[in-house]
Amino acid sequence: MSTATKQLDELIGREYQHGFYSPLQTDSVPRGLSEDTIRLISAKKNEPEFMLDWRLKAYQHWLTMAEPRWANLHHPPIDYQDIFYYSAPKSEKDGPHSLTDIDPELLRTYEKLGIPLKEQEVLAGVAVDAVFDSVSVATTFKEKLAELGIIFCPFSEAVHKHPDLIQQYLGTVVPYTDNFYASLNSATFSDGSFCYIPPDVRCPMELSTYFRINAKNTGQFERTLIIADENAYVSYLEGCTAPMRDENQLHAAVVELIALEGARIKYATVQNWYPGDKQGRGGIYNFVTKRGDCRGNNSHISWTQVETGSAITWKYPSVILRGDNAIGEFYSVALTNYFQQADTGTKMIHIGRNTKSTVLSKGISAGHGQNSYRGLIKVLPSAENARNYTQCDSLLLGDKCGAHTFPYIEVKNPSAKVEHEASTSRIGEDQLFYCTQRGISTEDAVSMIVSGFCKAVFQELPMEFAVEAQKLLGVSLEGSTG
Amino acid sequence: MSTQLESWRNMALEFVPHALAGHDVPRVLAARQSAFTRFAEHGFPTRREEEWKYTDVSAIGRRTSLAPDNIPPDPSFEAKLLAWSIASEGMHLMVFVNGHYDHTLSMTDHLPHDIRLTSLAYLLDDTSHFSEKFFDKKFIAHDFFDKKHEHTTFSALNNAFATDGAVLYLAPDMVLDVPIYLLFIASGRGAAIYPRNIIIAGENSRAKIIEHYIGTLDVHNFTNAMTQINIAAGAEIEHCKLLQEGPAATHIAGIHAEQATGSLFISHAFTLGGHLCRNDITTQLNGTNSHCELNGLYLMNERQHVDHHTRIDHIAPESSSQEHYRGVLDGSAHGVFNGKVVVHPRAVKTNAHQVNHNLLLSRQAEVDTKPQLEIFADDVQCTHGVTVGQLDEDSLFYLRSRGIDADLARSVLTYGFANDIIERVSVPYLRTRIEHLVLDRLPQGDQVKDLL
Repeated sequence: MSTATKQLDELIGREYQHGFYSPLQTDSVPRGLSEDTIRLISAKKNEPEFMLDWRLKAYQHWLTMAEPRWANLHHPPIDYQDIFYYSAPKSEKDGPHSLTDIDPELLRTYEKLGIPLKEQEVLAGVAVDAVFDSVSVATTFKEKLAELGIIFCPFSEAVHKHPDLIQQYLGTVVPYTDNFYASLNSATFSDGSFCYIPPDVRCPMELSTYFRINAKNTGQFERTLIIADENAYVSYLEGCTAPMRDENQLHAAVVELIALEGARIKYATVQNWYPGDKQGRGGIYNFVTKRGDCRGNNSHISWTQVETGSAITWKYPSVILRGDNAIGEFYSVALTNYFQQADTGTKMIHIGRNTKSTVLSKGISAGHGQNSYRGLIKVLPSAENARNYTQCDSLLLGDKCGAHTFPYIEVKNPSAKVEHEASTSRIGEDQLFYCTQRGISTEDAVSMIVSGFCKAVFQELPMEFAVEAQKLLGVSLEGSTG
Repeated sequence: MSTQLESWRNMALEFVPHALAGHDVPRVLAARQSAFTRFAEHGFPTRREEEWKYTDVSAIGRRTSLAPDNIPPDPSFEAKLLAWSIASEGMHLMVFVNGHYDHTLSMTDHLPHDIRLTSLAYLLDDTSHFSEKFFDKKFIAHDFFDKKHEHTTFSALNNAFATDGAVLYLAPDMVLDVPIYLLFIASGRGAAIYPRNIIIAGENSRAKIIEHYIGTLDVHNFTNAMTQINIAAGAEIEHCKLLQEGPAATHIAGIHAEQATGSLFISHAFTLGGHLCRNDITTQLNGTNSHCELNGLYLMNERQHVDHHTRIDHIAPESSSQEHYRGVLDGSAHGVFNGKVVVHPRAVKTNAHQVNHNLLLSRQAEVDTKPQLEIFADDVQCTHGVTVGQLDEDSLFYLRSRGIDADLARSVLTYGFANDIIERVSVPYLRTRIEHLVLDRLPQGDQVKDLL
């Protein structure tokens, strides 16, 4: 086993592949947070009065809050006054109208990431709302979607064009008082994506956004709002990589999903931000609030996430199962290597009758990584015949890492059926031996076993992402995946 | 709350436990004083604390007095004792009334010579010397009243106020087949009771201990009990706690074991009565190849609240643990289970399995469960599982189709569910008694007996 262990160590000791940094001129507001910063952000984005009021209320509330300490995470204190709260790539004053208007440096960045916009429009059939730092610079397929009445645009644009929808839905799932990081986001969010699917419309393509942190020391505060009206369907992809950097960067995004009667939302994430180097220096701090609200009867929300990056991940995509017969799903693969720490999981709140939820979480720890699953299954007295099944498995690769599970189960209705299962183990020597004695290299064997371990989650990803997710996992653990 | 903390802090300054056992032993006195200071610093836990998230103990803080009461036993006890006690012929029995040893009710005469079983108060107050170091007052003050054993703020309070309890010492290789039966009776009106038991098992010794708590009247007793178990290499201890407090009683208890190489600790916790019950059961697997088995059954009704917190620390390599907890909640009962398994960095080849099953029988009943794994070593096999549900409709139908009425069918199935834990008790006589205690709490329990 000692040689196998050594090989394993080499495999998991690879450097971050997407570490590059595009020198772009940026337009930043000074460091620090105050009412003036918020007014400035709001003014730069030319926002209507109601947005500014909302931001200021959030800021006032944020001032009264303390950073949460309950997570199984350790990091040096964050100086919230030492962060740039706004930066936008410099481009034409009016903003680009087509791909040719975009800064070539920026386009090259996308190409390095393997998402050439030019080809994407034709080949992939995917509408991309690319968020580069804080301002959306390119949106494709908008016309096609507009024909169906689907609104898919940067958040800042939606504030101007659809203020009624924003006012009706913003903050109804994650209120600005929700938690420390959500309040911070509500006060300072720079941009994000907005999506509205009208009743009885099935969105014909996967919607996706690529987030990318680029300017140095810029906390990125994304805000995404997706509304699926009655009997609508949408599948949304979100993926990210970030350049290598030494100082920790703060990321506090908020995602709100609203599914009305009979609607279905699939939300998938592949997150591969800079995890820090082998010594645990640098890396992104990722404090995300994601929540879906199954507001109508028979609605369905599913979260799928592949978390391989970030020095710290604090993320609990949740579903509030309010409507009768609503379904909530959570599928997750979280990988921690080097000194990465992940405290992630889900919350399923059963309120409506016959609501169902499924939780499938796979954690992989390597190096000094610490991986925690933290979940809550809550069945309220009104949730007649609620059903939950939870499975969370952890795989350990190396003797310095840790895997932890903190599942909370609260049941107040006797007709509920709740099941929870968890297991933790390492890759068995016998499993590795079986593969190697059949001529499979240790590297391939590990890849194969890890892929098999995660297969149930990858199956939930859309095709394009399943491939990318496999790759990411391979890159994060070693060179290639079989 | 803050004013209350203030008053406790003031009390701490003047706290001199003159009436308590060991008051003329300076070390014991000092240990008690500093324990009370530690308690007063913190006060009772609030629901904002993770370990007390689902259990509200603020009512204890509103008591007029926390100091232990010395209420003399009722003369009618002797007659009632037979009804309460589950003692059988030949069992070694120690009876404690409101936290004080009553030797007239106890039977410890026929113990083998190598086994020392005595009352803690007797030991601390007695002027004669025991030869064993374990019975040295300084040793007890230093090793058992120390803050390192204070798992909760209630253990600090117990350190300050502990009145009496059993001290058991098993010499190496001593094997005791007949169980030692410790019976704790709470009867004083609203009394505060602080039992403290110390069990020391020498190498390769073996014993079975029953801790039985009974409450008599519908009064607001507050029991704060603590049992420490020290298991040397190769020793085996089977500990069975039976909790049948009165319907208005509050019972907060800690059972804390430490295990050396190759030792075995089996704990059974049967919680069948009490208004607010909380058991903190912990064990540290300090030696390689040590093994523990924690079993528990809670059966609650009406507005009862039961909370079990267990913690297994795998510290040495190649240790294993098994945990089986089951709960039946009827009426407006509220059940809480928190099972923590921590695998420390050195503890490779750990094998840990934990399951918690809960049966909700009524609309108002509630269960909050949290199995928890914290693993810092890689070569381990750990699993946990939890279920919450109700009786199986098909099984009910099966029984009813054979002419068994609905209530009885429910009782049969509930009993079957509970029996999984009962049958883990190794002493046949004790198992039968527990079966009966459980059946007594089920509707038409008598008829279930006939069917078995």
